[in-house]
Amino acid sequence: MLIRMTESSVKKLSNGDRCYRASNGVKPGKNGCVKNHYLYQKQHCYPEEKIYHVAHNGGLYKRPFNEVFEETPMLVAVLTYMGYGILTLFGYLRDFMRDWKIEKCQNATEREEQKDFVPLYQDFENFYTRNLYMRIRDSWNRPICSVPGAKFDVMDRVSYDYNWTFKYTGKVVKDVINMGSYNYLGFAENHGLCADAAADVTMKYGVGVSSTRREMGNLAKHEELEKLVARFLGVEAAMAFGMGFATNSMNIPALVGKGCLILSDELNHASLVLGARLSGATIRVFKHNNMQSLEKLLRDAIVHGQPRTHRPWKKILILVEGIYSMEGSIIRLPEVIALKKKYKAFLYLDEAHSIGALGPSGKGVVEYFGLDPKDVDIMMGTFTKSFGAAGGYIGGKKELIDYLFTHSHSAVYATSMSPPVVEQIITSMKCIMGEDGTTFGRDRIQQLAENTRYFRRKLQEMGFIIYGNNDSPVVPLMLYMPAKIGAFGREMLKRNIGVVVVGFPATPIIESRARFCLSAAHTKEMLDTALRMISEVGDLLQLKYSRHLLVPLLDRPFETTYEENEE
Amino acid sequence: MASGQQWVLVEMVQAFYEEKEELIEDWQPEPLVPLVSKDHPPPKYDVVSGPTSHKIIVNGKECINFASFNFLGLLDNERVKNQALTSLRKYGVGTCGPRGFYGTFDVHLELEERLAKFMRTEEAIIYSYGFATIASAIPAYSKRGDIVFVDEAACFSIQKGLQASRSNIKYFKHNDMDDLERLLKELETEDQENPRKARVTRRFIVVEGLYINTGDICPLPELVQLKYKYKVRILLEESLSFGVLGEHGRGVTEHFGVNIDDIDLISANMENSLASIGGFCCGRSFVIDHQRLSGQGYCFSASLPPMLAAAAIEALNIMEEDIDIFRLLRDKCKHIHSALQGISGLEVVGESISPAFHLQLEKSTGSRELDVKLLRGIIDYGEKNDIKITFSVATIPASYCFSSCVTPDYIVIYAQTTAHSLAQISIDDIQMLRMHI
Repeated sequence: MLIRMTESSVKKLSNGDRCYRASNGVKPGKNGCVKNHYLYQKQHCYPEEKIYHVAHNGGLYKRPFNEVFEETPMLVAVLTYMGYGILTLFGYLRDFMRDWKIEKCQNATEREEQKDFVPLYQDFENFYTRNLYMRIRDSWNRPICSVPGAKFDVMDRVSYDYNWTFKYTGKVVKDVINMGSYNYLGFAENHGLCADAAADVTMKYGVGVSSTRREMGNLAKHEELEKLVARFLGVEAAMAFGMGFATNSMNIPALVGKGCLILSDELNHASLVLGARLSGATIRVFKHNNMQSLEKLLRDAIVHGQPRTHRPWKKILILVEGIYSMEGSIIRLPEVIALKKKYKAFLYLDEAHSIGALGPSGKGVVEYFGLDPKDVDIMMGTFTKSFGAAGGYIGGKKELIDYLFTHSHSAVYATSMSPPVVEQIITSMKCIMGEDGTTFGRDRIQQLAENTRYFRRKLQEMGFIIYGNNDSPVVPLMLYMPAKIGAFGREMLKRNIGVVVVGFPATPIIESRARFCLSAAHTKEMLDTALRMISEVGDLLQLKYSRHLLVPLLDRPFETTYEENEE
Repeated sequence: MASGQQWVLVEMVQAFYEEKEELIEDWQPEPLVPLVSKDHPPPKYDVVSGPTSHKIIVNGKECINFASFNFLGLLDNERVKNQALTSLRKYGVGTCGPRGFYGTFDVHLELEERLAKFMRTEEAIIYSYGFATIASAIPAYSKRGDIVFVDEAACFSIQKGLQASRSNIKYFKHNDMDDLERLLKELETEDQENPRKARVTRRFIVVEGLYINTGDICPLPELVQLKYKYKVRILLEESLSFGVLGEHGRGVTEHFGVNIDDIDLISANMENSLASIGGFCCGRSFVIDHQRLSGQGYCFSASLPPMLAAAAIEALNIMEEDIDIFRLLRDKCKHIHSALQGISGLEVVGESISPAFHLQLEKSTGSRELDVKLLRGIIDYGEKNDIKITFSVATIPASYCFSSCVTPDYIVIYAQTTAHSLAQISIDDIQMLRMHI
């Protein structure tokens, strides 16, 4: 298989394996062009400057790992900075006018009686919100009124004062193609096996529980769910919680404390960052998906010990995610596990987006790489994305789960999960595993994988800059300029496609993007319609920045060849 | 460089490198979780099989439920269940996204409007998990360098919120307004020394309407007076008092007749009286709107499943229609309070109208294990006689120790309004409990 790699050099790990790194996240723009590395030749004999090969690295990677982060074109970067500069100037002007009452201030204000209190918000904190976010606020928080499946109904809303307030017209935009919800396997549905089972449980058990796990909230259903999750993941035991965010923020403090070290990826989710901060351990950040950075940090930590006292660390915990939802990249799990074993650290893997979405039977990033789930010390994930429910889980060894039973804050202080939600998870998980007697699960996983490949390939052929791994169902499409963020969202909605756009502060300031989440519920026709519209809008807004034009493929499944022309 | 010196340099570097490798080899981490001995029994929870309501089946035995927070008895209400079912058939179970990315449903908007109208505030915001509500609200307003005055008996989620906010925390004695005033006066003198810093340091008081750890009500009118005198903002946590106190169930502000605009933020969870899942904050738009962008549990987490929101709306409807249930609940609380007085060895801790109160050992035996054993014995005895009560978890706030394990010091009894429970708890049962001590 011949696929492009941006840059790499051979590095020997001490166990003799060779590790070919791609410099993900590091812009290879030192000399302005991308270095190619001739590593492994398969069957064709094309001239060297046209072929880029993949790393089949010793024994670590059983399948090709191809992740690309194309460099931002220089002109685009300059224009983006200029755009933000102009917006900031206008922002200052508007603030000035509002201060001097030339312009009416639409903001909600403090009470008269409390005017002499210390102000609740600092002015500059909200500068971005008032002046930049407000202009394009209609791209977010769009209310819907149907099931968030492959198509949904968006409520129509208008604003007569430039997005300060919204009014609902009462009309509904029907059958908008949903490219924004996290519905990877298409289990967000209101009919079918899962919904029927959840309906039965609703009438039988009610909706609330009103008690914590430790007191009266431990239903037999919860125990059934946990056994099922443990079986699904291939670990000894598992424990389920009511909220994915709370799973991370409540359980990381239970596992590490002062005197421990946490090595966390640059782009980790807010819940992981909060959990790490609440634990009180020292946190060090390594560059996104960069194994050399991680190894350096590990070596330095063990050799030098804790800062100032130089005592040895009690534990080292590596926090990574399976799929990073803003980049679309997949963690380099084989290398992380090799490093973890060598340096005796512990690994916490957050599979919020990758469980159900990767792997031949949907068991996540561990199965995707063909690794042993017992190598990962703590496997965490959420039920929101692929199972169409809500909540989170942690899986691992029996001792770990027994410890969390008594020491997790969530189990002791927080209400347990609602019974119909639990039933939805149980049914959908059984469906994915194939235990309900049908092949729905398998079919959906297959459909998702095909959709992912097809969609990404087509977008790259069209000339957009797409980040991330070729197998990840999260597809970020780069927009860069602030005006295009709002324009893209609005134009796509006019054409009946709902997309998610993201800007600062979720992403670096010039790298705003639109993010598509593919689903097994999307049919090929829907994807074709979406692609056509994206291409139209892309031409309208001039979004096709990619300089690495791909020649359209001949029709071949998965293992495919293509040539690349570099300007 | 002379070759001799060069050789020494190379040797030094090599030795250093080998030393590093040795250090890496030798380092042994602690085990991920502390090892437990093999004969220590694995932790087990009581298993409830069957619907939770005023009667539950625990470990195979049917008991009267004095251990769930089901204050208004809405857990098994048919209307609520039907409404949830209709919502399930329309929207499915999950929302598949956070509020910002197509996770906002019309049910959420309706619930927020209804809650704001019910509490007579301008706006309300919903969270998908009760625990995360106040724990996300506090860090949204209070940052590093700000000062927060908290009651000692604050619940765990408030403590986590404070820890996440990284502000200066000052504890005052439980429900002791003089102590709080003393701390505020100290702050005032500090401000006079450093007026520039004082102008940007925000101050907050965080209290609960009905404390879960002690069962008392906070003295809200005095707090409001202190607020205007020392210019501090009040954040009120009403998880237990929402739907319980006040003539219409609007909480401790209605109970005392305080103007709701005087409280900057009211936070509550919907898991007690509303018998759903999730939480909400309400207040003026000026305050609440900020959380839509900076509340971590709101922005970065999936939204509340619409069927749970629909169930909460229906529960609100029931609360608005039938005002009598609040009076009924209060009467039952008073009844059971007075019935449990006078048991030798146990004292009842909590207000007489509080639906959640504690039975505490009058005198501790001296050792915690023995205390725990005694309390456990009472619980087991209760279970044998079909009454289910439970341990409470009381955490000690950071001024003493921040411990992540639980310290069961009390048994908690939660009362409910449904007519059956108290009719069946006759005085005989209480007598049996007495004899056991």
